[in-house]
Amino acid sequence: MSNYKMHILVCGGTGCKSANSDKIVDNLNEQLKINNMDQEVKVLKTGCFGFCEKGPVVKIEPDNTFYVQVQPEDAEEIVKEHIVKGRKVERLLYEDPETEEKVSNSKHMDFYKKQMRIALRNCGFIDPSNIEEYIARDGYHALGKVLTEMTPKEVINVVKESGLRGRGGGGFPTGLKWEFASRYEADQKYVVCNADEGDPGAFMDRSILEGDPHSIVEAMSICGYSIGATKGKVYIRAEYPLAIKRLQKAIDDAREAGLLGTDIMGTGFEFDIELTYGAGAFVCGEETALIHSMEGLRGEPTTKPPFPAESGYWGKPTNVNNVETFANIPVIILKGANWFNKIGTEKSKGTKVFALAGKINNVGLIEVPMGTTLREVIYDIGGGIKNGKKFKAVQTGGPSGGCLTEKDLDTPIDFDNLIAKGSMMGSGGMIVMDEDNCMPAVAKFYLEFTEEESCGKCTPCRIGTKRLAELLELITTGKGTMEHLDELKRLSRVIKDTALCGLGQTAPNPVLSTLDIFWDEYVAHVKDKTCPAGNCKKLLKYYIQEDKCIGCTACSRVCPANAISGTVKHPHTIDQEKCIKCGACMDKCKFGAIIKK
Amino acid sequence: MAKIKSFEELKKIKEKVQSNVELREKGENIDKLVQVKVAMATCGIASGAREVMNFIIDDLAKQGIKNVVVTQTGCMGYCYAEPTIEVTMPNSEPVVYGNVTIDRAKEVIEKHIKNGELIDGIIPVTHKTIE
Ligand SMILES: Cc1cc2nc3c(=O)[nH]c(=O)nc-3n(C[C@H](O)[C@H](O)[C@H](O)COP(=O)(O)O)c2cc1C
Ligand code: SF4
Ligand code: SF4
Ligand code: SF4
Ligand code: FES
Ligand code: FES
Repeated sequence: MSNYKMHILVCGGTGCKSANSDKIVDNLNEQLKINNMDQEVKVLKTGCFGFCEKGPVVKIEPDNTFYVQVQPEDAEEIVKEHIVKGRKVERLLYEDPETEEKVSNSKHMDFYKKQMRIALRNCGFIDPSNIEEYIARDGYHALGKVLTEMTPKEVINVVKESGLRGRGGGGFPTGLKWEFASRYEADQKYVVCNADEGDPGAFMDRSILEGDPHSIVEAMSICGYSIGATKGKVYIRAEYPLAIKRLQKAIDDAREAGLLGTDIMGTGFEFDIELTYGAGAFVCGEETALIHSMEGLRGEPTTKPPFPAESGYWGKPTNVNNVETFANIPVIILKGANWFNKIGTEKSKGTKVFALAGKINNVGLIEVPMGTTLREVIYDIGGGIKNGKKFKAVQTGGPSGGCLTEKDLDTPIDFDNLIAKGSMMGSGGMIVMDEDNCMPAVAKFYLEFTEEESCGKCTPCRIGTKRLAELLELITTGKGTMEHLDELKRLSRVIKDTALCGLGQTAPNPVLSTLDIFWDEYVAHVKDKTCPAGNCKKLLKYYIQEDKCIGCTACSRVCPANAISGTVKHPHTIDQEKCIKCGACMDKCKFGAIIKK
Repeated sequence: MAKIKSFEELKKIKEKVQSNVELREKGENIDKLVQVKVAMATCGIASGAREVMNFIIDDLAKQGIKNVVVTQTGCMGYCYAEPTIEVTMPNSEPVVYGNVTIDRAKEVIEKHIKNGELIDGIIPVTHKTIE
């Protein structure tokens, strides 16, 4: 029995770590020693709490106090006040933006109230580098259970009945996938964990690997048992150094504890895991490209069938699952299919992790039951739009997805509903946009991304995405025509129908979805040569408001193009022909007389 | 860690290390548990609040009572009656006891926490719990 009476959890996720959370740990330990409390209070470094926007996060248990934006210097006050005297450090508590009240118990924060954590159950709760902490949370018990009490077929059935669908983007039923892989006979089979995570704005897989790596080790072993594989591979981005470090430690510790390797828990079952680093090419997240990349070949996709379940890594039956998909497995085994499939919607069971980003107050990582509405996610959990601006759209599904708007806010989020609305779940990136976001520019951003990431194997994608990006460039710089808009549509359809792999097939989605919903905005760009959102630089015009200008001449002195004329104490004017839209005048004017639109 | 040779052995290890995370699990469910807050301002500490707190924690552990969270809190404003503790049963209003000696702490555990009976020593003002 440990003597610790309090635990201080310090976020060691990538976000908080880069904001110096390691130093907070050091300072806390030092202060505890000074105050003679180091035997009573334990400091732990955990994975991401999800509330990265307000990091570094420090949580104190058992009174569940949640401190935000903690600086290393704050360690002294936290120990002296909270730990020694039991007085919460008011200024470090989270302040509810609406009520402006300080909330100390994280359970009472809007950010956490509507969440339900299954895949993230241990993130921000345990020390991910300590295998005992994982075991204390029933870690490896699901593996023990399947090895001693269940046949492989029974395991597959539980996963099938749970209704779990792949979290990597496709949403394919996981149990079914395992069943396919189990059916093929071979001298060697493989379990692959897809930790490539290429979507812009997405970081859920990274956070799971950083915050709870053992859950992936355990789940892959369970999968191996059920399909008859003895080897596991994690394909992980080399840009995820912390995730790699924690995962490698988890693998090493599990092996040492006899939970990985030969004769696992004395049952005779054998399974081991190795890491393979990806160089961070988006297309390598696609199963077949990923497998080629692991074999040392170019990361190019091939047509399916054959599916990896039949012929994957080195031509052997291979089961590929996403990190988050795996993270659900141990809980499903322990709590049962019924427990899991009661959560969520008719056809999408369980929860989904989303990486909230963009113009939202609480940027971070959240996990909600399927069927939660976009409104709940954006307003209740996400705290609404930043700076009181108006909500415009939310982009889901990354480069393969599309935009949803005001009218979709009450849609319960699940795989099928999002597709029906013209977007998709994808891996869970959710980028919130406000009135200042220009939709043709958003489409352009994604197309430039896919153009860059196209592997070049097939023409529709290689040339097509390039042409789409060019068209969008014309449109956003005022050189577009109505014919260009037609061309955009036609080309999008062709690419969708003819590209070889998922990257190309879905690349036009951001274009089609924004064209569809924001047609007027596209037309404004090509016909009126204006950007209604005030974003496209080339289309903006700077104006001086006569009634506000006092004629101080400050603007005309900074204008590099000599575009501003006027005499002292009289309103100035801008010559649109000469103006190069640098914005210098607007920054300079102290009277707010210059506007752009 | 030494090799785990059976599922049974894994379960035993879990029992052993369970207490590592117990505190935190309690914190996550704090609203559903009995909360005991010990006032730990300077006057509280001077009159023995720390000893009382340690006693409560140890006694609960000894008796295997798991649905109680003991934390410290700041000044409750009853310096004349230190040490003071605040006991909150789930879904009820908090009750504050003053002059809590080890004996009275024992009584609070036996009668109030275990059976929900109020005992002597309550400070009966319109007490507002402190965050
Ligand atoms: C272009 C492209 C990129 C993809 N990138 C990823 C990725 O980064 N991570 C991932 O898990 N799945 C990615 N996928 C989906 C995978 O191909 C595959 O469906 C998934 O790993 C299967 O696991 P799941 O059933 O658990 O979702 C991508 C698919 C395509 C077409
Ligand atoms: S669609 Fe694009 S990414 Fe896919 S194979 Fe063709 S060129 Fe490569
Ligand atoms: S800086 Fe502003 S106020 Fe001064 S002349 Fe220019 S527009 Fe007018
Ligand atoms: S935007 Fe730049 S170029 Fe145009 S008027 Fe202002 S300072 Fe001159
Ligand atoms: S990285 Fe610390 S809360 Fe996310
Ligand atoms: S490209 Fe942006 S609104 Fe124009």
